Amino acid sequence: MFRNMLPAIILLGVTSMPFVARAATPFELKSLKIDLPDSDKMFPDGPGSDTINNNCLACHSADMVLNQPALSKQAWAAEVNKMINNYKAPVASEDVGPIVEYLTSLKGAK
Amino acid sequence: MAEIGDLHHLITRRRLLGVASVGALALTSPSRAETTIDLPLPGGPGARPITTGFPQKGPMILQRTRPPLLETPFEVFDKGVFTPNDQFYVRWHWAIIPTDIDIGKFSLTVRGHVNQALSLSLNDILHALPSVRLSAVNQCSGNSRGFFQPRVPGGEWANGAMGNALWTGVRLKDVLDKAGVKSGAVQVRFKGLEEPVVADAPRFMKSLDIDHARDGEVMIAYAMNGEQLPLVNGFPLRLVVPGWYATYWVKMLNDIEVLNEPDTNYWTKVAYTIPDTPHASIKPGETNVKMVPINRMVPRSFVTNIVSGHKVNAAAPTTLRGIAFGGDCGVASVDYSIDRGQNWRQAQLEKDEGKYGFRQWQTQFMLPSPGKYTLLTRCTNSNGVAQPDTPNWNPAGFMRNVVESVDIIAA
Repeated sequence: MFRNMLPAIILLGVTSMPFVARAATPFELKSLKIDLPDSDKMFPDGPGSDTINNNCLACHSADMVLNQPALSKQAWAAEVNKMINNYKAPVASEDVGPIVEYLTSLKGAK
Repeated sequence: MAEIGDLHHLITRRRLLGVASVGALALTSPSRAETTIDLPLPGGPGARPITTGFPQKGPMILQRTRPPLLETPFEVFDKGVFTPNDQFYVRWHWAIIPTDIDIGKFSLTVRGHVNQALSLSLNDILHALPSVRLSAVNQCSGNSRGFFQPRVPGGEWANGAMGNALWTGVRLKDVLDKAGVKSGAVQVRFKGLEEPVVADAPRFMKSLDIDHARDGEVMIAYAMNGEQLPLVNGFPLRLVVPGWYATYWVKMLNDIEVLNEPDTNYWTKVAYTIPDTPHASIKPGETNVKMVPINRMVPRSFVTNIVSGHKVNAAAPTTLRGIAFGGDCGVASVDYSIDRGQNWRQAQLEKDEGKYGFRQWQTQFMLPSPGKYTLLTRCTNSNGVAQPDTPNWNPAGFMRNVVESVDIIAA
């Protein structure tokens, strides 16, 4: 549909940069196929570790959580609820308490 | 922004390859080989692996494996104003990221409140629209979040969730004009190929006001630093919104929707909002604050050749070098102080590669006598906005731009 514009563009290129006219290769993209690395890191063992492993690792690796600073229990509860309410994490209601307890025990504010 | 023909990239590529090869040599030398880094985040934890496990990427600070959050090691910023593609930071929201992209099958849809919906091939975009290029900083809204005090949850970045590239692509305006925006359009919404693992979670989408989208500066990039984008930086197309935080720079862009009413999607209306206060700053615990979508960037400056704890000779000249950017406009000046801000001196600005990009600066300084010093740097942008001398705070950890400091010992 833009074929009618091509001559104008080529002309612009040649007149503004005549010294590269010989190597008139347009920018080309190459298809890509890669493999992204994954992480098999689990949360450290402790009360609730199975619960957090089972609920949280589908959407993100554990390193994100382990890199967090110490936060209050209230802040951890807010994070878990954000995952459920905003990001639709399918966490059963009976698992919320153990996950918050686990996080507070692992990374609670002093 | 310079309009260029299809032939420009040969020159660009040649020039940039020189820069990139210097970086690669320095980082692969054995003395620099390290497997972890300790980021100086208050209260910790600061230890992060250095990963070389991501395709098309060199050594990166691993903040999160899936979805990837990769930070640029800070020493990269000392090598020049263009951040090499293979060490350009990476930030994804959702874990389902296509890893197999066939350029013959990829298409960009333009639809919504337009006269004629379009489905553009990459060939249409690369070869049938005027090509433009622009140097611009891409900075995560939460760059430097790890330095907030009190600490806040989120990606715990040090200062490396930013980068500057020479972007090549087409004007968003030209694409919108092809479709013909109908009167009454108010916003344009952008969506890429990433998808949430949970099907009913909100797809990542961001919107710009119609006038912003048609300002002739917002572009759709198919190349950064003269090469196609690494997949994890948004191959094959990425929105470039000069002067605005990276949340708007939608990666793997494949859908543009012109809206005739304001976007109410989660990522525009709820996420990525800031207090509508000076420096987006509030007191910890403060509530009932009006929130607005994050938008224009603010000025920053960094020392890149000296790290805290560095020793220099007293009463001898020492080179100080760094980068700065104005945010939503150019850099007017970079000043430094060796006496905690009582006196400021102007550094020398290096070549201007474009008002939205990094600007390198340098100077010679001398510490008069042995002792401990704190060296400060402050950028003032061409709108007259200077970095503040106290840090801002907000619960999302956005828009940090306090005057930076480096502790130096003179002996």
